[in-house]
Amino acid sequence: MLAFIIRRIGQALLVLLAVGFVSFAMFKFMGDPLENLLGQEATLADRAELEERLGLNDPIPVQYMQYLARAMDGNFGVSYRVGLPVGEVILSRLPATLELAALSGFLAIFFGIIFGIYTAIRRDGFIAQTIMTTSLIGVSLPTFLIGVFLIWAFAVNLGWLPSFGRGQTASVFGVELAILTWSGFKSMILPAVTLGLYQMTLIMRLVRSEMLEVLRSDYIRFARARGLGDRAIHFGHALKNTLVPVITITGLQLGSIIAFAIITETVFQWPGVGLLFINAVNFVDIPVMSAYLLLVGAIFVTINLIVDLLYFVIDPRLQADRAGGGGH
Amino acid sequence: MSTLPVLSISDLIVEFPTRRGVLRPVDRVGFDIARGEILGVVGESGAGKSMCGSAIVGLIDRPGRITGGEIRLSGERIDTLSQEKMRRIRGKRIGMVFQDPLTSLNPLMRVGDQIVETIRTHLPVSEHEARRRAVAALEEVGIPAASTRIDSYPHQFSGGMRQRVVIALALAAEPELIIADEPTTALDVSVQAQIMALLKRLCRDRGTAVMLITHDMGVIAESTDRVAVLYAGRLAEIGPTRDVLSSPRHPYTIGLMASTPSPTGGADRLSQIPGAMPNLRAIPPGCAFNPRCTKAFGPCTSELPVLKPVGRNEVACWLFDDALTGNPNKAEENA
Repeated sequence: MLAFIIRRIGQALLVLLAVGFVSFAMFKFMGDPLENLLGQEATLADRAELEERLGLNDPIPVQYMQYLARAMDGNFGVSYRVGLPVGEVILSRLPATLELAALSGFLAIFFGIIFGIYTAIRRDGFIAQTIMTTSLIGVSLPTFLIGVFLIWAFAVNLGWLPSFGRGQTASVFGVELAILTWSGFKSMILPAVTLGLYQMTLIMRLVRSEMLEVLRSDYIRFARARGLGDRAIHFGHALKNTLVPVITITGLQLGSIIAFAIITETVFQWPGVGLLFINAVNFVDIPVMSAYLLLVGAIFVTINLIVDLLYFVIDPRLQADRAGGGGH
Repeated sequence: MSTLPVLSISDLIVEFPTRRGVLRPVDRVGFDIARGEILGVVGESGAGKSMCGSAIVGLIDRPGRITGGEIRLSGERIDTLSQEKMRRIRGKRIGMVFQDPLTSLNPLMRVGDQIVETIRTHLPVSEHEARRRAVAALEEVGIPAASTRIDSYPHQFSGGMRQRVVIALALAAEPELIIADEPTTALDVSVQAQIMALLKRLCRDRGTAVMLITHDMGVIAESTDRVAVLYAGRLAEIGPTRDVLSSPRHPYTIGLMASTPSPTGGADRLSQIPGAMPNLRAIPPGCAFNPRCTKAFGPCTSELPVLKPVGRNEVACWLFDDALTGNPNKAEENA
């Protein structure tokens, strides 16, 4: 168990090193940073002096190590556009994205699992068939289209919910959260639904097919032969057995909810890191782009690590080294 | 104590409506099992053995259903009960043991929890009492250190031990009848004998009736009191095990015995029955065995034979119809 965790953490660090190299390489290959820093009147001497001072003459591996060392300190450089440290800029935007991702992730998992179980148990029912057909829309429509449609329906025509922005925020331990205020919560509904709809349909379809598979298995037949009721069979026996593959996919999806919040944040002008990233791209604000890349990489790797550890909690067969097997 | 048979089936028909017509995996099968008796049910794959078992506990997969006959458990008719009432009988009054102990248990649940769950589903006892009974049940099926093994997961047991757990589960609520569907097929030969001995001992001690579904003639010879031979969903022959084994009457049973190796038999080659059991979609008219039968004559290809007593067996074969042959022992002379 411990060996497994250490091995997995080692792999995670390797992945992060690779991601770090890509984000470091962005500085090297996307435009000339000195151009931006020096301005029109700089002399060649100024240029050489700055190059030396910033360490740009050092060999690439040395520069990469320096970059990593700075990144560990949380120092990602200064944003070209707003002139503030990138770490600070991202940190101020991160809560908005995280709360949006958390709400849509929760909606996706909650309704995905409930609908998935329902459509598996009542496979031939009218409601189940309707849900399955409707879910095709969620799978096939692009996110921005769903966002625009929701704005058209609920903001423009019905006028129930705001179409953009984050509303008011309330401060908890110095973190500004919108979900705690009424106007903030209302502003979150449309973006959260937009962001979570695809994930929800995906989780639902996955839970359904896994559940159908499990319900055909021998131990479910045996559970019925033991006279257990439907509820005990569906929720006590079948659900847990469907969860292992579901957790894998769901974990990956949660990572992409955060990473691909970019589109939703753009459609709804949600002031999170996704919108920050899009603006950074427009202004070629490389320090911000590179830090965002590292951040998303770190989030993905962390979630994957947690998913791997969750397997152990759910499936006792993976802990084979902990208890001895018995003989005849 | 009542003299009613624990299980009494008569003219049971199971049908599956399909797009290409109605299939009948079980066709007018009837037999009784008395208290403490072990009835063996033999036949090839697809002969309807397991389907019979599923029908008794009301667990036929859709779209199949019972369309004829009746099933009585200690005199009470159970094939017409509601699903909920049937559920309460399963596990409580009829226990089941399946073929593969590796897949019969939920892999993510401790075996003790699965036993406790079963006990508490059927008996009004506390968690603590149910656990005490679960340990006792595991001890009874011969699991060493039951009070600690109760917290193990299924994968921490060997195949034979797992089948013991499955038997403990089937017996947990003290059922009147056990339906054991090929309980030893997936096990090592050395373990098979242990499991059969265990099942026999437990059922004899409690007076539990057993319906033992198998295709292993060795298991039949060793463990059963009576044996029923199924062919293409129909009962071909039924009788005391010794009589069916030593003097089979139905040509199919004769062929079945001749194709089973015996430790004393001197034949170099085992004989085999030519052909294969008919597909359920194409059961021939008359006796289903007639295309493979060497003694088939007139009525076999047109009229369905019914069970008739021959010696101590009951046989469904035209060879034993006095009116047709004039001699009830004709087949024996030919054999």
